[in-house]
Amino acid sequence: MSLRIVVTVKYVPDATGDRHFADDLTVDRDDVDGLLSELDEYAVEQALQISENSDDDVEITVLTVGPEDAKDALRKALSMGADKAIHVEDDDIHGTDAIGTSLILAKAIEKAGYDLVISGMASTDGTMGVVPALLAERLGVPQVTLLSEVSVEDGTVKGRRDGDAASENLEASLPAVVSVTDQSGEARYPSFKGIMAAKKKPVESWDLSDLDIEAEEVGLEGAYTTVDSAAERPARTAGTIVKDEGEGGKQLAEFLAGQKFI
Amino acid sequence: MAEVLVYVDHVDGAVRKPTLELLTLARRIGEPVAVALGNGAADTAATLAEHGAVKVLTHEAAEYADYLVVPKVDALQAAHEAVSPAAVLVPSSAEGKEIAARLALRLGSGIITDAVDLEAGDEGPVATQSVFAASFTTKSRVSKGTPVITVKPNSAAVEAAPAAGAVEALNVSFSAQATGTKVTGRTPRESTGRPELTEAAIVVSGGRGVNGAENFAIIEALADSLGAAVGASRAAVDAGWYPHTNQVGQTGKSVSPQLYIASGISGAIQHRAGMQTSKTIVAINKDAEAPIFDLVDYGVVGDLFDVVPQLTEEIKARKG
Repeated sequence: MSLRIVVTVKYVPDATGDRHFADDLTVDRDDVDGLLSELDEYAVEQALQISENSDDDVEITVLTVGPEDAKDALRKALSMGADKAIHVEDDDIHGTDAIGTSLILAKAIEKAGYDLVISGMASTDGTMGVVPALLAERLGVPQVTLLSEVSVEDGTVKGRRDGDAASENLEASLPAVVSVTDQSGEARYPSFKGIMAAKKKPVESWDLSDLDIEAEEVGLEGAYTTVDSAAERPARTAGTIVKDEGEGGKQLAEFLAGQKFI
Repeated sequence: MAEVLVYVDHVDGAVRKPTLELLTLARRIGEPVAVALGNGAADTAATLAEHGAVKVLTHEAAEYADYLVVPKVDALQAAHEAVSPAAVLVPSSAEGKEIAARLALRLGSGIITDAVDLEAGDEGPVATQSVFAASFTTKSRVSKGTPVITVKPNSAAVEAAPAAGAVEALNVSFSAQATGTKVTGRTPRESTGRPELTEAAIVVSGGRGVNGAENFAIIEALADSLGAAVGASRAAVDAGWYPHTNQVGQTGKSVSPQLYIASGISGAIQHRAGMQTSKTIVAINKDAEAPIFDLVDYGVVGDLFDVVPQLTEEIKARKG
């Protein structure tokens, strides 16, 4: 038996940097350092653990859609232990929204061949958290999403989804799309050996024509949503800061009472 | 007047507050038609009518509880076909966003998630979103198909607006995918008796400075004196001091209450992402240089173990 896992990852602007918008109201990716979205590291980690716990022959492919720099995200995932990588890159992709991104990813996943797709719970830049559900809808396979625990055995994926009202145990047959949360287990750091090995691992580059996608289906032109404006939130006006000299709690209560919270 | 579909989040017929907020927003765009599914669906009608639903489409079937997400997408698609609405509004819960995304794809529509405000516009509803850890505000609209928009809790006031609320049975035939992901077990969360974190008017959160699970009792005592929900920073959750369901921040809940009280929280970007849109922000921290103080309306530099209990006592005294 073999198990083909495709892990979708995203190269995002560093959240601790000064993120902003470009003139066309897309996310500015030039002026801020990028990196593998932290939440996708959990997806890579779970793929590696499934592989380590499996008697099957498991192959892990990491897949990203993005500009040239996005290769850095793939390298990081390869150095953690993934086997190979696919980079979908095309000038016409700039400005693609979630619906369009899911189209590119789904076509690439089908072309790569898969039994299991693993994604992070959301990207750290767009933070919509909808791509795994969109992939399941497009691929016509079960979605087993937002898992804080996941296992694969005998062609079945099982996991625990912790919701607001209840914790649910889920089960589906492969092929399936899984997404994992940051509660699924700390991601490993790449070892020196892993970093060296990653340099030799294959990274394929595909463009839209490789995936039979027309330019007008994606990009800003093909987007299903339009951003009309993006304004920096005005800095909050400086508040009152007091040093506690024994009455700090009472002073705070006085403030809250003045604001009618008490 | 155009109709607007509103997906109803309810527990056995008890409508959750974010759905009532959606009805307020839906009335700005058109006539709200609510869609209530699963056990107790028909019991939602009275509450929904009080808040402006002209119609309540209901469908009860075991599939809604037994399988993940897809049966609800099938039902909303059926409702869309029956009504041809001007927009579809869904509460921005984890499940709500997944339902909305799959529906949008089926309808050939665009999707906007996590709106914090919604207005009628010449080219369809205009959604306000708060992005990049709430450092930017964007205005967007769906440019193809029926707009599908998810809205965050506390984005609008709940308003009484009595309407007919006529109950109609919705015809739903489930798709082949509906039974793909089986829910094999469900463990309901134990109720704390406190308000739901994302819906609460006041949130009291503890962070690294709380320094131990047992010390969260003083955060809870403050919360209870104000009728507030309890939140925790990622540091406190990762340390195992408080459950992940109470985590506020990028990988936890995003809250937007009237009052947010941060105790022993430094205010890292990941935390700010989840609370920066709160109306009034108050912090208590030993470190005068902590970034949280850049956000506050009122801050106390001091030991939370002195300040928080004194605050709690003072609130109780004032409330008598």
